[in-house]
Amino acid sequence: MRIALFITCLNDTLFPDTGRAVVRLLERLGHEVVFPESQTCCGQMHYNTGYRRDAQKLAVRFVKTFDDADVILAPSGSCAAMVRDNYPRLGAAGSRLQRATTALAPRVHDLSELLVDVLGVTDVGAYFPHTVTYHPTCHGLRLLGLGDRPYALLREVRGLELVELPEARECCGFGGTFAVKNPDVSAAMGADKARNVAATGAEVLCAVDNSCLMHIGGTLDRQRAGVKVVHLAEILASTEQEPAQL
Amino acid sequence: MTGTFLGMPTFPEAARAATADAQLRHNLRKATHTIRDKRAEAVGELDDWTRLRAAGKAVKDRTLRHLDHYLEQLEASVTAAGGQVHWAADAAEANRIVTDLVRATGERELVKVKSMATQEIGLNEALEAAGITAYETDLAELIVQLGDDLPSHILVPAIHRNRAEIREIFLREMAAWGTAAPDGLTDDPRALADAARVHLREKFLSTKVAVSGANFAVAETGTLVVLESEGNGRMCLTLPETLISVVGIEKTIPTWDDLDIFLQTLPRSSTGERMNPYTSTWTGVTPGDGPQEFHLVLLDNGRSDVLADEVGRQALRCIRCSACLNICPVYERTGGHAYGSVYPGPIGAILTPQLKGTGGELEASLPYASSLCGACYEVCPVAIDIPEVLVHLREEVASAGGAGHRVEKAAMAAAEWVLDDDRRLGLAQRAVASARSLVPRRLPGPVGAWTDTRDLPDIPEESFRQWWRTREKGKRKRS
Ligand code: SF4
Repeated sequence: MRIALFITCLNDTLFPDTGRAVVRLLERLGHEVVFPESQTCCGQMHYNTGYRRDAQKLAVRFVKTFDDADVILAPSGSCAAMVRDNYPRLGAAGSRLQRATTALAPRVHDLSELLVDVLGVTDVGAYFPHTVTYHPTCHGLRLLGLGDRPYALLREVRGLELVELPEARECCGFGGTFAVKNPDVSAAMGADKARNVAATGAEVLCAVDNSCLMHIGGTLDRQRAGVKVVHLAEILASTEQEPAQL
Repeated sequence: MTGTFLGMPTFPEAARAATADAQLRHNLRKATHTIRDKRAEAVGELDDWTRLRAAGKAVKDRTLRHLDHYLEQLEASVTAAGGQVHWAADAAEANRIVTDLVRATGERELVKVKSMATQEIGLNEALEAAGITAYETDLAELIVQLGDDLPSHILVPAIHRNRAEIREIFLREMAAWGTAAPDGLTDDPRALADAARVHLREKFLSTKVAVSGANFAVAETGTLVVLESEGNGRMCLTLPETLISVVGIEKTIPTWDDLDIFLQTLPRSSTGERMNPYTSTWTGVTPGDGPQEFHLVLLDNGRSDVLADEVGRQALRCIRCSACLNICPVYERTGGHAYGSVYPGPIGAILTPQLKGTGGELEASLPYASSLCGACYEVCPVAIDIPEVLVHLREEVASAGGAGHRVEKAAMAAAEWVLDDDRRLGLAQRAVASARSLVPRRLPGPVGAWTDTRDLPDIPEESFRQWWRTREKGKRKRS
């Protein structure tokens, strides 16, 4: 299958390892991946902070970039949710933007949905000999409804021991500009999440969104908790021949 | 007397103090986690919850769409049943109406059933200014009133207080308001409840006027409905001679049949019970039984404006169950006072700025008091998409360009300019990468708060985009 990658601006700039892992994983599974270079950002930050017009422009760019793609992968739960749930609300009812985004929305997938629902695999032949705990992220949990998919994928990884995260459904407190506008509450939420992560005794915290991982990971680092944060893609791309670097 | 919310600081300022208060954080965490687990269990028992939720939403939406019609019907039914209907456009008018009605009875005291609408309009303060004393009879409201405090939760106004604090308040204040707390009062919940019961009984038996709110007003029959747990409401609704109910216009529902849905969803969502202990209904007056005079004050106070906003109007579906407060991670860490208004938590963050407008600093800060995690939407029994309304209100605040938003707007526009062109993004990425060794672990300025408690990630040498390009070039060379 030919899969168009929407790597997202944060992954592109700060977490290129995630994008490389996605490419390695999908090619290993025998698929063709393309990266339409005119892509930039989904506009989630603009939209969520109240700058709809700026978000609209980025949505127009997104539509142009991905219009002819059949399957679009966004290795970020919140960006996938932005395109799928919020884009159709960006344009006025009946507008061109609304029609275009509504048509595009069902073709956008998070990594776990792409693998489980579209490609029909849970065992991707990965090897990752570490104890891992999974944070289900708000957008992955409530907007995308990922459910058991990420766990199903992790359970098939050889060498991996999956441990349960207490209070997993709680928000980590990142929330984009929320972390800047309400720093005290955000930090309090982050600290509680980090404490729960540390309590699992896992070596690695996994999620499908690098923004949440950046927030929780930054808090864990500051606390010198010794837990690494790793995107699901990097765990699934990891093999005995080419193990992920922690 | 009870304090007021006027002159409250913005949400982030109030939240800073609250998050630093370990006792408060502990009280709130314990209370919210207990009730949210109970709610989840009570909701989980019903296999038609999704349908009930959709039905509740539909009834409320339909009523709001034709509110003028149902309000007229309600007025006619109440009048036909021997009650009197008064229309109040704003808080001042509502307070004036109630004050005049109480004055006409010749009484200087009244008992109150817990009511959000009367808190919203500051009725107790207005009555006090007119020389009339209002006694709160809900246990938690009583604690708030005696403690000269402000409510911090829709359902449990004294959620921020623990047993020891309540005992102290009772011992210190009860005597000044009526029957004193017994000597040797302990902080055992039963002992506290008994002290309140004795204190309140005297009020119920001697007071001739009562003020209530209502959870629902049935247009078809003119019936008002109150759901409660303690029975104090029922005392207020049946013992006095005159009953005055102050009710927001959005509480209207068309028929008794519609009530069926909410009698299932409200108790499960609010207290985690299958059914609330007391459901009282009253229709006009019945000669020789209960209050012989009944007044319904229908309150607008900004609701018509909310109704006019297509996205925001869903907030008027709210049945004040408080499930969104109990699940909200922000509320859990700040408590209700940080929201600076009668309506705290996620619903308060959208309702207050809508009712009062986003012109004030506090009101403008409320739509940002959320990480948009969506837990509030998930639990709301009438499916109010609170995150959607929050974003909608943020747009209003941002486009007004008030304090701080001019700089933000410029930053957002700059970001959009970079992001609206992949070449510009590529250049910006390279600029960041080449300066990577210069980026400090802690940032200065407004975003510095981020690095106070978190480390920044390392900036990679190469963006994904650059890596992809090099790879593609290599592939082309090879082929
Ligand atoms: S918004 Fe929904 S969950 Fe919150 S109090 Fe109102 S009805 Fe309950």
